[in-house]
Amino acid sequence: MNLIQWFTDPENWSGPNGIPIRTLEQLQMSLVAMGLALVVAMPIALVLGHLRKGVFLATNLGNIGRAIPTLGLLVILASIPSIGVGNTAAAIALAIFAIPPLLTNTFSGIAGVDAQVRDAAAGMGMGSAQILGRVEIPLATPLIAAGIRTATVQVVATASLAALVGGGGLGRYVVDGYALQDGTLIVAGAILTAALALVTEGLLALVQRAATPKGLRAGEGSHRLQVSATVMEEEPAL
Amino acid sequence: MPFPVAVAADAANPWISWDYITTHADDLAAAGQEHIFLTVSSVLAAIALAFPLAVLVRRYRRLHGPVLALSGILYTIPSLALISLLWPVFGLSPLTVIIALTTYALLVVLRNTVVGLDDVDQEVLDAARGMGMGTATVLWRIEVPLALPTILAGIRIATVSTVGMVTVGALVGYGGFGTLILSGFIQNFWHAQIFTATAACVLLAIIFEVLLHLVERFSTPWARRGSAS
Repeated sequence: MNLIQWFTDPENWSGPNGIPIRTLEQLQMSLVAMGLALVVAMPIALVLGHLRKGVFLATNLGNIGRAIPTLGLLVILASIPSIGVGNTAAAIALAIFAIPPLLTNTFSGIAGVDAQVRDAAAGMGMGSAQILGRVEIPLATPLIAAGIRTATVQVVATASLAALVGGGGLGRYVVDGYALQDGTLIVAGAILTAALALVTEGLLALVQRAATPKGLRAGEGSHRLQVSATVMEEEPAL
Repeated sequence: MPFPVAVAADAANPWISWDYITTHADDLAAAGQEHIFLTVSSVLAAIALAFPLAVLVRRYRRLHGPVLALSGILYTIPSLALISLLWPVFGLSPLTVIIALTTYALLVVLRNTVVGLDDVDQEVLDAARGMGMGTATVLWRIEVPLALPTILAGIRIATVSTVGMVTVGALVGYGGFGTLILSGFIQNFWHAQIFTATAACVLLAIIFEVLLHLVERFSTPWARRGSAS
């Protein structure tokens, strides 16, 4: 059986092991993970950024995250009896790895807002919450959006590892392929996981552009208010 | 979704077991050796490829956008998928893992090398040329030394990421500590093996991080303060 046959076989497009269901599983896991990560990371990053405290934490969290092997954390979580094998363990592991990019980018965005802009806002009579909500967050939007995009793409890509601990998602085909020594299944699964990650990256690039206020888009409008949106871009994702 | 609740370690299946470490020292040493071999060969291959590529990208500016865009796309592909796409060609061999990991490391090292070389002050280059240095001399004696902190930071980040990603190589039987993690999982949640191998992997990453930090400090004594990332 070759790849074209596999992809055109209607059996692979229906049922619980069909491509649509497996894709949905992977996206569902990713959504839960991103939800968890956002709930944990965003309040901390917004408050620390606003107070300009915790630079050390924000800058070193990425290093710590890099040192922990995803597979190791995933397997540890799946081996804890109260979590168990499957998608829950994967979603928690993915959420943990999504926190550093979210926290670091949001912190840098908020803390990087020009002090003169904040002073002006305070001078206009804005309180702390108003400055955060109406000045700092809008100005930090490009960096916050970049962090969410990096984290989401990473989560969707890594969710394929869930299959290694008995979870679903598109990685299922790859892992089953190795177990059955079925080359077609392995390569088909690899193509699907790679394609999902690339499509997510492409779509989020468009969303990020749409979410960035017009005046802050590169090459448009006021450069005077532009926060340093390039700070984090040298730091690779993953 | 319920949050994990720490469960008291089952007496028969502890997470941390000195007994496991002493009785399986050979397994751990072999896994560690494989892990280091896979990491070091991938990163060295990445450096060997990244440097000429970076020089090429700088000479022909038109390549700049496409090369960096292609790097971004490759970086998005999950390691599980990349290893599996290489599997039909290279089979269950260390080469499958090394080529996949070299690709990821290459992107980080390449990007940092290009950025580092780009950041060299134009006036410094003019001064060097004014002193009669040729293109090659300027590259080796001026540009590379000045870009070294950024290049070395790229190598460090790539190395530490590679240590973590080697574990996924367990899929094709060459994952260093990852093979122990996965076999511990398959052998009925053998906590001691899973935890020890994961901890060993973190330890290895920290050792590489510290060693490469020292290399950065000693090879760029003029940049002790305020080097990036």
